[in-house]
Amino acid sequence: MSDDLDDLKAMMAAATPQPDAARRAENIALSEKNFDDLQGSRDDTRLTSERPRGGVFSGVRHMFDQLTSRAGLTASTALIAVGIVAFTPLGQDLLRPGDLTEALTETRFEQRAPTPEAPVMIEQTDAGQLSGQIAVEEAAPTESLADMAAPTTRTTPSIAPAAQLRSRKQVAQDGIAMGGLTAEPPMPQVLPDTETFANADASPVQVVADSPVSTFSIDVDTASYAVIRNSLTQGKIPPREAVRIEEMVNYFTYDYAAPADGNAFQPTVSVTQTPWNAHTQLVQIGLQGAVPAVADRPPLNLVFLIDTSGSMDSANKLPLLKQSFRLMLAQLRPEDEVSIVTYAGSAGQVLAPTAAGERSTILAALNNLGAGGSTAGQAGLQQAYATAAAMSKEGEVSRVILATDGDFNVGLSDPEALKDFIADKRDTGTYLSVLGFGRGNLDDATMQALAQNGNGTASYIDTLSEAQKVLVDQLTGALFPIANDVKIQVEFNPAAVSEYRLIGYETRALRREDFNNDKVDAGDIGAGHQVTALYEVTPVGSPARLNDPLRYADQDTAKSGSDELAFLRLRYKAPGEDTSQLIETPIVASDASDAGFAAAMAGFGQLLRDSDYTGTWSYGDAIALANATKGADPYGYRAEAVQLMRLAESLSRK
Amino acid sequence: MLMQTSDENLGLAAAGGDRSAFSTLLERQYDRLFRLCFRLTGSQAEAEDLTQDICAALPAKLKNYRGDAALTTWLYRVAVNAAHDRRRRQASHAKAAEGWGDWEVNRQAANAQAAQDVDWLTTAMRRLPPDLRDTLALVLDDVSHRAAGEILGVSEGTISWRISEAKKQLAQIRADEMACPVTSEESS
Repeated sequence: MSDDLDDLKAMMAAATPQPDAARRAENIALSEKNFDDLQGSRDDTRLTSERPRGGVFSGVRHMFDQLTSRAGLTASTALIAVGIVAFTPLGQDLLRPGDLTEALTETRFEQRAPTPEAPVMIEQTDAGQLSGQIAVEEAAPTESLADMAAPTTRTTPSIAPAAQLRSRKQVAQDGIAMGGLTAEPPMPQVLPDTETFANADASPVQVVADSPVSTFSIDVDTASYAVIRNSLTQGKIPPREAVRIEEMVNYFTYDYAAPADGNAFQPTVSVTQTPWNAHTQLVQIGLQGAVPAVADRPPLNLVFLIDTSGSMDSANKLPLLKQSFRLMLAQLRPEDEVSIVTYAGSAGQVLAPTAAGERSTILAALNNLGAGGSTAGQAGLQQAYATAAAMSKEGEVSRVILATDGDFNVGLSDPEALKDFIADKRDTGTYLSVLGFGRGNLDDATMQALAQNGNGTASYIDTLSEAQKVLVDQLTGALFPIANDVKIQVEFNPAAVSEYRLIGYETRALRREDFNNDKVDAGDIGAGHQVTALYEVTPVGSPARLNDPLRYADQDTAKSGSDELAFLRLRYKAPGEDTSQLIETPIVASDASDAGFAAAMAGFGQLLRDSDYTGTWSYGDAIALANATKGADPYGYRAEAVQLMRLAESLSRK
Repeated sequence: MLMQTSDENLGLAAAGGDRSAFSTLLERQYDRLFRLCFRLTGSQAEAEDLTQDICAALPAKLKNYRGDAALTTWLYRVAVNAAHDRRRRQASHAKAAEGWGDWEVNRQAANAQAAQDVDWLTTAMRRLPPDLRDTLALVLDDVSHRAAGEILGVSEGTISWRISEAKKQLAQIRADEMACPVTSEESS
């Protein structure tokens, strides 16, 4: 025949048969089934954590997972006894341990054919207790048992009972084959819940005569509200320390006056009747940040620093993160640049800086992220900052967006050093925002610390709609600071106010002298951000006064005759500047108007924290007030808050 | 072809867990995959089995598809690797089967007989060294030399060399057969 390639081609085409239709359908069905298994069993595969080979110990482990320690001891004794029998010369001949083990491994391998390799996994039993979850430590088959790593991932068990039975049987046989090699049974160990929250005791009531000045840094985070929502919708009253009232109040926007042209923000002060106490008043201080023309915003350099450690592998973490970033990507302009750095075990750049216009490249990189390994947070941060530094040009805004479930444990030798590192980078103009995902080991305290040191916000993403709010609706505000280090100081007039109490902001308290110290860091306001702070004040002469006046104190220094309740001072720095500017405005007593939605949220937060100050005021009252003050509520956020109050009411009744 | 989602996008969606994307992709690529498997193995039964192997492992493999190569290129690479694995398994199996007695020997002989039914080209291709066969299989499937190099992990020049080498060897096989018309199993 001719050796011409075209002829060969034609011959080949003629020789090639049609695929057998039945086999074709069969193979496609098989493939689809494997696909479904892979999707459906993502958790399961992780759960069983059987690497196809070398699973002799893992089976034993699995069995012990299912046993109480007493049963485990009984079983292990029995296994060792059987092992002795098995290793007598007669038994050895009968059992031929090598072949048996190999045969079993082979069967198992086929059964679980297309499972991806899974890292060391932990199974969460349903018998989880209130304060902690029981998990059993597991070690990869190759690791020595003494070397068991702390578990990093939890998944809910859903193995088919048959499979479980089968593997137990297999395990027993494996155990026989292994004979006396059976290791000591791993003892069940109660793992504490590793969630930590940043909070402090509620600010106490202050006597104006003793300490007339209250100083704090603003806080535009809203993470706490999302955590609370997540807890309540799961049917649990959130832990008290998870409730940061200022973040609940700041989750919502209020009707504040917009700043005049050229001003970064505009304070609005109002005095309302306290809903939970007839004899006190609420002073509501609202700051409205200016909204710069979005059209002329400078190009953005975003470095997504994504935690892909094993603990991120559940539906409400990495998959939600991907969806969230996809939403966000649509908001970016073609001239913006995006880069992705992941950290898990080791840090690595997954996507080199890419113009936001190349959506498909970015999406492909995002889609291909998979979870596995432990968390090398510090290395990840360093690489992300290095990437951001390489991307930044004059006039552009650079920001690292850290997405994590808060597991920042590996490579973090010194939390303070990490904070300092972030603070250093902040001074070079690269900011940091933190997005929290998932529950279980949410390290809220670290997230807060990182974001506060990085001039960014910490948000908690529990649903796609929260992602919509944080990453789409508030994108501009979250990414473009308009004022840095915003501090608020309120001096109360002892002639008008006898006592006051700051609601929330416990973690943001500043010392009085720090107000004028420009070196002391404070919160930042982004474009269009709103900040609301509430004081509960007791007017002079009110029966609500908690502290008796001092007999010997000089009461005459107060500026009586003035209608000023207090004097508000604000300090802020324009972005990139080192010296602060001062805004001063008196807070004038007026006829207290009705309490608004902010008061309802503040009350709700105090109820969740079991505050001493709310008296007989109940969730029912909070619901009534919130409903009455809901207003237009175009996105339904406030209606959702009412739902949460109702849930909390039901949950608190038991 | 109007408004058809590209293979790459389907692949990425499927890698992300989209079942319908996976089904569409598989429907679209199955025949092509089978065709290649046939060329790689030279027998319909083998090709069906190889295709089955690939189909079974495809969902897990697809998770690693990153969209950096054309999907067909990627798929061909998977197929070629699967064919290699299969050959290796068969080789070790054949080795293990030696000395297993008449039953296995007869079975292997029956297999070999079945393979003879396939026409001259595929038979001849089976006699080529594996790397030449893989290369020829790809290039006969309208894969460019560059893409074939990408799939096999060699340079474009190597592919061109292999093709000319394969053609030379085919011609040689042909010439041998003309000289000695009885198809002999032992010529290689």
